[in-house]
Amino acid sequence: MTATLTVVKPGMLTTVQDLGRRGYQGLGVPVSGPMDPYSHRLANQILGNDRMAAALEITLMGPELAAQGDVTCAVTGAEIDVMVDSTPAPRNRPFAVPSGSHIKCGARHKGARLTLAVQGGLDVPATLGSRATHLVSRMGPFGGRSLRTGDILPVGHQGDGAPVASGKPLPLPDGGARVRIVAAVHRDRFTDDAWGLIVRARYTISPQSNRMGYRLDGPTLEHRGAADILSEGMPIGAIQVPSSGQPILLLAECATTGGYATIANVITADLPVAGQLAPGDWIAFDPCTHAEARAALREREAGLTEAGPGADRGRTRV
Amino acid sequence: MDVRVLPAGDAAWLIELPERIDVEVNERAIRIARAVEGSSLPITDLVVGYRSVMVFVDPLSADAEEIEKRLRELSAAPAESGGPDGAIVEVPVCYDGPYGPDLGDVAAFAKCSAPEVIALHLGRQYRVFVVGFVPGFAYMASVDPRIAAPRRSSPRLKVPPGSVAVAAGQTGIYPAETPGGWSLIGRCPVRPYDPDRKKPFLFHPGDRVSFRRISESDYRGMTEWGDA
Repeated sequence: MTATLTVVKPGMLTTVQDLGRRGYQGLGVPVSGPMDPYSHRLANQILGNDRMAAALEITLMGPELAAQGDVTCAVTGAEIDVMVDSTPAPRNRPFAVPSGSHIKCGARHKGARLTLAVQGGLDVPATLGSRATHLVSRMGPFGGRSLRTGDILPVGHQGDGAPVASGKPLPLPDGGARVRIVAAVHRDRFTDDAWGLIVRARYTISPQSNRMGYRLDGPTLEHRGAADILSEGMPIGAIQVPSSGQPILLLAECATTGGYATIANVITADLPVAGQLAPGDWIAFDPCTHAEARAALREREAGLTEAGPGADRGRTRV
Repeated sequence: MDVRVLPAGDAAWLIELPERIDVEVNERAIRIARAVEGSSLPITDLVVGYRSVMVFVDPLSADAEEIEKRLRELSAAPAESGGPDGAIVEVPVCYDGPYGPDLGDVAAFAKCSAPEVIALHLGRQYRVFVVGFVPGFAYMASVDPRIAAPRRSSPRLKVPPGSVAVAAGQTGIYPAETPGGWSLIGRCPVRPYDPDRKKPFLFHPGDRVSFRRISESDYRGMTEWGDA
């Protein structure tokens, strides 16, 4: 019998995500996927899942889920208290969720987004090769919406995938974070003062922020000429600046094309850290070279193969 | 034609052509995109812009300098063929009743009547320059300058899916209920993106599109939006 997780309470914004939908951006289909792909991968790896397995992205206030059938789960990313019935669940290593028990979420201490993965992955239908939810275009499982009470999540076959050396958890931002940037393709469309500001100032994540992007409150950035460009492809991590001068950091759910000049790109290695910020947190930018960006990414990747907190402890029964 | 290859972050490169909305420039971009697609580079996605190609790679998969060098070669030597052969697409549109709420505004901009706006919109074949924004949305140009009204000063929070719209010399069809600032002049009963269709996407860069007028009752008979 297939095990399932039923949504008892959906939490603030809980979505099914995998590593994203690639190959269709040229037809307007955004990548989507987790805001913190590092922790998502770590959770799947801890459980011995396929790297494309779907898991839940939980935002700030977590859901309550009821297990039908015995399942094994792992939580990574934000420090949000997780209980199986009344027993605290460990972070960054597997834990058992017996049939009939409830997974509940409590207080948030650090970070904004928790990955909850289940051994075997969430066996929801794929759209264009991916199980990622894209809220804006309503693409993905459950009609591309966030989870609601009563939704039933089928759990995939719990194969014999062996858990991999647990890996190192992402260093979580605590009230804010410094992330590294490289100059963007439209850097020349901004004044040198604008570049000076973005590398020196601290910005605040505005309440008008979501999975598409963070609006950044802080000093305005001046263009040399017009802010508008002829629509072109936009990578996740681009910092675009409309004519208001207020920057927007594009994130997991950003549209495939954009019409505003971009001043900088957050490097791939630091996108997971950016994805753990919440409205009201600060963000600051350190410039680096493209070679440094790639070295930083290799270093981040190495974290997934390093011995982590659960490496010598094995599975915890709760 | 000037072509530049620029790193766009550490996981993408932008191939940039001269800055104008121009069939020749866009066709060159499409040809470059096809050459990159056909190469052995570790590409994950390609997005054709009005005058650009954004090339996405897996940043861990290959040597960056090698990718950049190869992209320069591919952009400098476009395919010899006489331009991309985009498909011809004919799209039914109802301009009547509740389906063209902004026809009056566009007519006021054009200083003509609503039927004249419709005739001008029907009177041309359009080219798909870019597909982006949301799945299946095609930026088509160029609209007759007389009805090239700018974006609306206050965008709608919800545009009904299937809305046929014009703005700043472009026309397009909203494939989903999204916010939108273009003027709505008609409604198309066919979904630009339908995951259950054999070919889910109606439009691709380089396609040529013409609109065919249908009546309200035709619309209700044909609609794929569940609003018959």
